[in-house]
Amino acid sequence: MREVAAEFANPVMLYSIGKDSSVMLHLAMKAFYPSRPPFPLMHVDTTWKFREMIEFRDATARRLGLDLIVHINQDGVKRGINPFDSGSSLHTQVMKTESLKQALDKYGFDAAFGGARRDEEKSRAKERIFSFRTASHAWDPKNQRPELWRVYNTRINKGESIRVFPLSNWTELDIWQYILAENIPIVPLYFAKKRPVVERGGTLIMKDDDRMKLLAGERVEERLVRFRTLGCYPLTGAIESDADTLEAIVTEMFTARTSERQGRLIDSDEKASMEKKKKEGYF
Amino acid sequence: MNAPTDLQSFLAAQERKSLLRFLTCGSVDDGKSTLIGRLLYDTKLLFEDTLASLEKDSRKFGTTGEDIDFALLVDGLEAEREQGITIDVAYRFFATDKRKFIVADTPGHEQYTRNMATGASNSELAVILIDARKGVLTQTRRHAYICSLLGIRHIVLAVNKIDLVDYSQSVFDRIVADFTDFAGKLGFASQVAIPLSARYGVNVMEKSAQTPWYKGPALLDHLETVDVDTALADRPFRMPVQWVNRPNLDFRGFSGTVAGGRIRPGDAIGVAKSGKTSTVARIVTMDGDRAEAVAGDAVTLTLADEVDISRGDILGATDARPEVSDQFAAHMLWMSDEEMLPGRQYLLKLGTATVPASISELKHKIDVNSLEHLAGKTLALNEVGFCNFALAQPLAFDPYKENRDTGGFILIDRFSNATVAAGMIEFGLRRATNVHWQALDVNKSARAAMKGQKPVVLWFTGLSGSGKSTIANLVEKKLAAEGRHTYLLDGDNVRHGLNKDIGFTDADRVENIRRVGEVAKLFVDAGLIVLTAFISPFRSERRMTRGMLGANEFLEIFIDTPIAECMKRDPKGLYQKARAGAIKNFTGIDSPYETPEQAEITIRTVEAPPEVHAQAIVDHLRTNGYI
Repeated sequence: MREVAAEFANPVMLYSIGKDSSVMLHLAMKAFYPSRPPFPLMHVDTTWKFREMIEFRDATARRLGLDLIVHINQDGVKRGINPFDSGSSLHTQVMKTESLKQALDKYGFDAAFGGARRDEEKSRAKERIFSFRTASHAWDPKNQRPELWRVYNTRINKGESIRVFPLSNWTELDIWQYILAENIPIVPLYFAKKRPVVERGGTLIMKDDDRMKLLAGERVEERLVRFRTLGCYPLTGAIESDADTLEAIVTEMFTARTSERQGRLIDSDEKASMEKKKKEGYF
Repeated sequence: MNAPTDLQSFLAAQERKSLLRFLTCGSVDDGKSTLIGRLLYDTKLLFEDTLASLEKDSRKFGTTGEDIDFALLVDGLEAEREQGITIDVAYRFFATDKRKFIVADTPGHEQYTRNMATGASNSELAVILIDARKGVLTQTRRHAYICSLLGIRHIVLAVNKIDLVDYSQSVFDRIVADFTDFAGKLGFASQVAIPLSARYGVNVMEKSAQTPWYKGPALLDHLETVDVDTALADRPFRMPVQWVNRPNLDFRGFSGTVAGGRIRPGDAIGVAKSGKTSTVARIVTMDGDRAEAVAGDAVTLTLADEVDISRGDILGATDARPEVSDQFAAHMLWMSDEEMLPGRQYLLKLGTATVPASISELKHKIDVNSLEHLAGKTLALNEVGFCNFALAQPLAFDPYKENRDTGGFILIDRFSNATVAAGMIEFGLRRATNVHWQALDVNKSARAAMKGQKPVVLWFTGLSGSGKSTIANLVEKKLAAEGRHTYLLDGDNVRHGLNKDIGFTDADRVENIRRVGEVAKLFVDAGLIVLTAFISPFRSERRMTRGMLGANEFLEIFIDTPIAECMKRDPKGLYQKARAGAIKNFTGIDSPYETPEQAEITIRTVEAPPEVHAQAIVDHLRTNGYI
């Protein structure tokens, strides 16, 4: 992280409010202490995040005294893009991928931190820690810079940028153990609580606001659930769990038998979909 | 994994676990991905949904019939699935009760050796796979050598597909003997050979009854117990300064990751480049000051004295300082398609310092199959050489074998920003003994190398008003915007000075072009990309100029515009005057224009705007390696 702060003119930390972002932010606070991290946080808001995430985001920025940029793709909002009617694929493309590119261009950021980990998904396993993006934000997996030792090539031309993944070599279990060890605040949605959910296509979707319309035969139930991963609420599946403390979550983790991205509906859209999204500029 | 039942013992067990980073290497189809998939599967690290998707994929892409194809777990990218080979480095994570592992899966394909070096640079151990049916191959030797070059001390020789040679001990023994014959010269600290079948799990998790003659450990057993400690914490203290931490005027700290040794408040430290010394006042972290920091810790140090220190400096122990020099000798693995050029300026990044550097001499190349030293002038992709380097400024460093972090560097191309080489410093060169550090004669290639381009004449020819100058100007602008060194010769800057004594008769036109050709030749010798925009109507003069220059240093660009169009444009009103008889010997009116027969580039200006043509010329230069 210090490497980025030292070598780039205008870095930014992409803050997704999730547990990985929380860890990344905590590491940044440590890396620059007693200074504050010399870059702003940026959240690309799809307008469909859980309300608790937004509250947590604003509270965190206030608590740490950091600059927070919130970017919403207004064009997408005007077009009425939403995960229910537009489909998860188009929604993600417009409200996340396009929106992120807009924001990076608007502020002219030349380096952006992201909380992605190599253990999340197959194409991410090949991601560099310093990952080069062309001026149009595209990723070319066949033309990546070799990354030796801890020496990172940070040279770019105008308009090009680097995505930086400080948590590349962390596993999901590492994340939870670290949150536990360092007592890092996370969004309450990770803890089990009675929440109003709807079972749709085998996944438990939380009805976070009135924009979610019930289909025939569906009904809202109060169930004891929590989330292993957080995104747009209509695209994020809850798991039934009674883990309401960090200790209980870690205990649940070491006996877990499904990977966390299962709760992400966007991955299973089509095979190798993550790789496609990344080539287009998704994180 | 036998999961402990309560959280405390689980966490305690996690904390005790050490981390082993290793890489797998081997030739195409030796079964690397299958082996890693097998390790992930057998250590129960696969989640149910991953397994379900694996079973689905196995039926779709698999090469193993009804069985699960473990390689599909690991081969992440679409292109690889289709071709059935791994093309990049992938990192995988698994754990047992004893250790956590990070595996770098690196490709066996010859052109991807650079990825293997990348994986090796961060690994402590290498598993080299050999197909039992094929034995030791060229790539096997290459991989073993690169492992040793990048400082890997521990090797596992995995003789895979042992099931396909009927679990034969004699086949195994012969392969091990072949390998040892070669690898013995590489000085690995440990080398263990294991007969394996990744597909059937033979000797992976536990020893198999199929190979009763094999007395060594199963693969996982060995990986869990092999001692790879390099005792980095016991080496001299080193910390490359990454960032100067100045939140306010009262605090000045130096942030970095300790690359070697240990440090406590009160310890003396030296700043490598300036030679100044001070003592450590505090080791600052967000969780409070620390009593000690050891290799691997990321900390911020404050010092007792005001010492001038900036990013790129190395803080070191005062009794064992790093070397400081502007020249050193290093092994280098070339990782770019463009060959290495001695004398060309690259950027060298070592630790946190980046300085301009050039290779002053390629002492020898190394044949990775025989380890023989070969003479050579350049290095091509995947070649290894031993070189002397000359830096624009002195740098602090250690020999690579003493410290990877302060002895390993990358070279970056100044124009493409690509990482073109990985280097491992052997020893510093002292100024006194190497006074003539730039052994190169300053000649055309040296000058061109400094400019990062191949000199060439772009000879624009065509009728008056055809658009030569317009397009040549645009091309020059585009090249200048890329930082290329160019010069445009045209009627305006030549006719008014150098050639003001000559007119427009045929003889004068020949002399005009001869002089322009000679000037262009000198500029090419200076390493420039020269653009000339003259009507140059005669083939023989164009041919003469071509003959004055070396092969590929003359590109004839025919600006093909019909005379009717030129007359219509007539930007300087010359056609009108010529037709009125006011100008004699005007090309196209009363003097001939000989159309080029073999122009490298022909441009029809009526078909597209000048901008498009200019870009096409720049693209031609790029495609043909001039820029």
